[in-house]
Amino acid sequence: MITMKNVCKSYKVARRNAGFKEACKSLFHREYETIQALNDVSFTINEGEMVGYIGPNGAGKSSTIKILSGILTPDSGTCTVNGRVPWENRIQHVKNIGVVFGQKSQLWWDVPVIDSFLLLKDIYSIPDDIYQNNLEELQKLLDLKQLLRTPTRQLSLGQRMRCEIAASLLHSPDILFLDEPTIGLDAVSKLAVREFILRLNETHKTTVILTTHDMQDIEALTKRIILVGKGRILLDGSLADIKEGNANIDETVAQVYRSYDI
Amino acid sequence: MNKYLSFFRLRFAMGMQYRMAAFAGVITQFVWGAMEILIYTAFYDANAAAFPMTFQATATYIWLQQAFLAFFMAWFMEEEIFDSIISGNIAYELCRPIRIYNMWFARSVANRLSRAILRCFPILLIAAFLSKPYGMSAPSSAVNFILFLVTMILGLLVTVSFCMLVYVLTFFTVSPQGLRIVFVSMVEFFAGAVIPLPFFPDKIREVLELLPFAAMQNVPLRIYSDDLSGIAIVKPVALQITWLIVLTGVGYNLCRYAEKRVRLQGG
Repeated sequence: MITMKNVCKSYKVARRNAGFKEACKSLFHREYETIQALNDVSFTINEGEMVGYIGPNGAGKSSTIKILSGILTPDSGTCTVNGRVPWENRIQHVKNIGVVFGQKSQLWWDVPVIDSFLLLKDIYSIPDDIYQNNLEELQKLLDLKQLLRTPTRQLSLGQRMRCEIAASLLHSPDILFLDEPTIGLDAVSKLAVREFILRLNETHKTTVILTTHDMQDIEALTKRIILVGKGRILLDGSLADIKEGNANIDETVAQVYRSYDI
Repeated sequence: MNKYLSFFRLRFAMGMQYRMAAFAGVITQFVWGAMEILIYTAFYDANAAAFPMTFQATATYIWLQQAFLAFFMAWFMEEEIFDSIISGNIAYELCRPIRIYNMWFARSVANRLSRAILRCFPILLIAAFLSKPYGMSAPSSAVNFILFLVTMILGLLVTVSFCMLVYVLTFFTVSPQGLRIVFVSMVEFFAGAVIPLPFFPDKIREVLELLPFAAMQNVPLRIYSDDLSGIAIVKPVALQITWLIVLTGVGYNLCRYAEKRVRLQGG
């Protein structure tokens, strides 16, 4: 179970106007602006739930994922994941979670994918039989057979993303965070990834938290959505709550964003 | 422990992959070594008595230095570590049940080791067969050779723990450029990479020998060429061990502190 209560996080950002004069001025006097990335965020997610965490760019989605995965410490508020405070004992916490950052890569660039997997096996101290089982299952479901022997640098984005997802699940985590997993993927890869996530949630009861800008992802995967904007939670409910009739999902969401002025 | 060994293995295997780079490296190091020896020949011809080391010892020092360049060169850092900090890819590493410091340490040692192993043998072999004062002399005794190996490993570890400081400090400065230039040029000059430390004026040398830089290549190379022997070995080795403990201690704690308060860059 994941709970977040009154979590706040702010960043300090240096800002200045364009131009040489302004650049010189900022040498001596720098103006900082405090950006409230998360402002009093609270929610609870139960085991086995699949939740879509949506909002416009800069709404605070990634900050939330980073706090939940223990790599960012909030300014205030409490948060527990399976009874643990993520940032207090990072190493214990991360043993039970899997994370996929769609914009970053966890595979070693120059060596075949399977070498990266073997490294993860040792990092998480996964027993041989469990590793073999998981690998076989992932290989089948994500169609990795050919890819595993290829160096990461020679994979296409879609192929790589499938490997990334597999890499995050080798240690059978209870909770999976997906930060824009379908970004830049073609239709076929997108469908494959979606179908896989659905099956994962069904068969292993893995809790999945998904951030994305692709509303079809949300439509296909999650019953519950949490909408954030400007660091606040604006809506915690289902897609049906915001959908009117047969309107296009993207337009509906854009409409919602506009109505909240975010 | 197993996880860090595994890191070591993967990085080592990766380093062994680049055969052409190793071949080019061997040629470069060999030509560089030969050039240095030619320069020293001219100096020693002018007045051999004016130098603190015998010509044979200097030649041996140079060949060993070239053969094990990958062990001791501070500029030899892992771009991937800097990239991961700059781009925010480090997020993934923070999501793993591992200590960042230990992992990077294992990685750096493996990288240097794999490069040195690919490069050292051809250079050592050729240098051993060169005619008398220009080539490399054999170790003077078994004890001498063992001491050389031990201090070389210590020197490698000190070099790595020094580079670790640069990696960790990059957490705070965001761009590694400035730090790298300052740290690398300090090491280059003060460690005896440009000229061996005995060639420095006495007053300066006495200070330099206390610094961590002298705990890198200076000790093993001078032990091998018998410039350091007997009781004189104790102090530099003790300094090597002290600096290793100090540098890793500072680096490890700084890294823990950084982990707690890093702000990851990029979306």
